[in-house]
Amino acid sequence: MSRRQFMLALALAAIAVPAQAATIQIVMQDLVFAPTEVSAKVGDSIKWVNKDVFAHTATARDGDFDVNLPPKKTVTSVLSKAGTIEYYCRYHPNMNAALKIAP
Amino acid sequence: MFVRLTAAIAALSLLSSAAMAQAAKPTDPQIAHIAYTAGAIDIDAAKQALGKASTKEVKAFAQDMVRDHEVVNKQALDLVKKLKVTPEDNDTSKALSKQAADKLAELNKLKGAEYDRAYVANEVAYHKAVNGALETLLIPSATNPELKSLLQTGLKIFQGHQQHAEHVAASLK
Repeated sequence: MSRRQFMLALALAAIAVPAQAATIQIVMQDLVFAPTEVSAKVGDSIKWVNKDVFAHTATARDGDFDVNLPPKKTVTSVLSKAGTIEYYCRYHPNMNAALKIAP
Repeated sequence: MFVRLTAAIAALSLLSSAAMAQAAKPTDPQIAHIAYTAGAIDIDAAKQALGKASTKEVKAFAQDMVRDHEVVNKQALDLVKKLKVTPEDNDTSKALSKQAADKLAELNKLKGAEYDRAYVANEVAYHKAVNGALETLLIPSATNPELKSLLQTGLKIFQGHQQHAEHVAASLK
C-alpha cells in the first residue's frame, strides 16, 4: 500500500466510524413543542419532556414514529430514518413541530 | 338529519351570543362557574359516547375528552380553592346546562353511524362555541391573573379538541 493509499484508507475509516450519537431535548409545555424545529442525525436520541398536566403524543405525519407522552413524564426515542419530518400531537393537533434528520 | 343538526348548531351559537349580550362582563366567580360547567358538559357527552359510539376513532376521541376535561376541571377546582373563590351559578351556566341536557336527550335517540356523526359534529360546534366565548368574553373579563392564565391554557386545549373533532368528523364521511 502506498502512502497515498494508506492516507485514503485512513480517511475512509474516519468517515465510516459513526459520530457520537447526541441526545436532544424537546419540551412540551403549555401546549407547545419547544424548540419547534430541531436538526438531528440518524441515531440521535430525542428526550421528550412533557411538562404539562395533559397527555400528549409526538406523532410523525408520515407515520415514522408515534410517541405517547403521559403527563409530567419523559420518554426517549431514537431517530431511525433521515428526512424532514413534521409531527404533531394527536390529542391536540394545534401542536405542530418538525425534525430535520440528517443521514 | 342535516336540518336538525344545523338547527342545533344555530341554537348553540345563538346561545353563546345571547349569553354574551346578557352577561356583559361576568365576575371571576361566575367565570369559574361557566368554565367548569362547560367542561362538565363535555365530560357527560363523552361518557354517553363511550357507551353508544360504534367506531374506534369516536370512542378514542371521547376518552380523550374525558381525560383532558377532567384535568382542566381539577385545575379549576384547585385554583378556586387556592383563591378562596366560590364559583357562582349564573344565567349563562344555566343556559349552557339546559342546552346540553336537551342535546344529550336528542343524541340518545340516535344509533350507530348516525349517532357517531351527530356526536362528533356537535363536538366541533360545541368547542367552537366555547372557544368563541373564552376568546371574546371569559378571558377578557377575568381579573385574577391565575384564572386568566388557566382560561388561556383551556382555550389552547379546546382549540386542539376542535381540530381533533374536525379530523374525526372528516374520517367518518
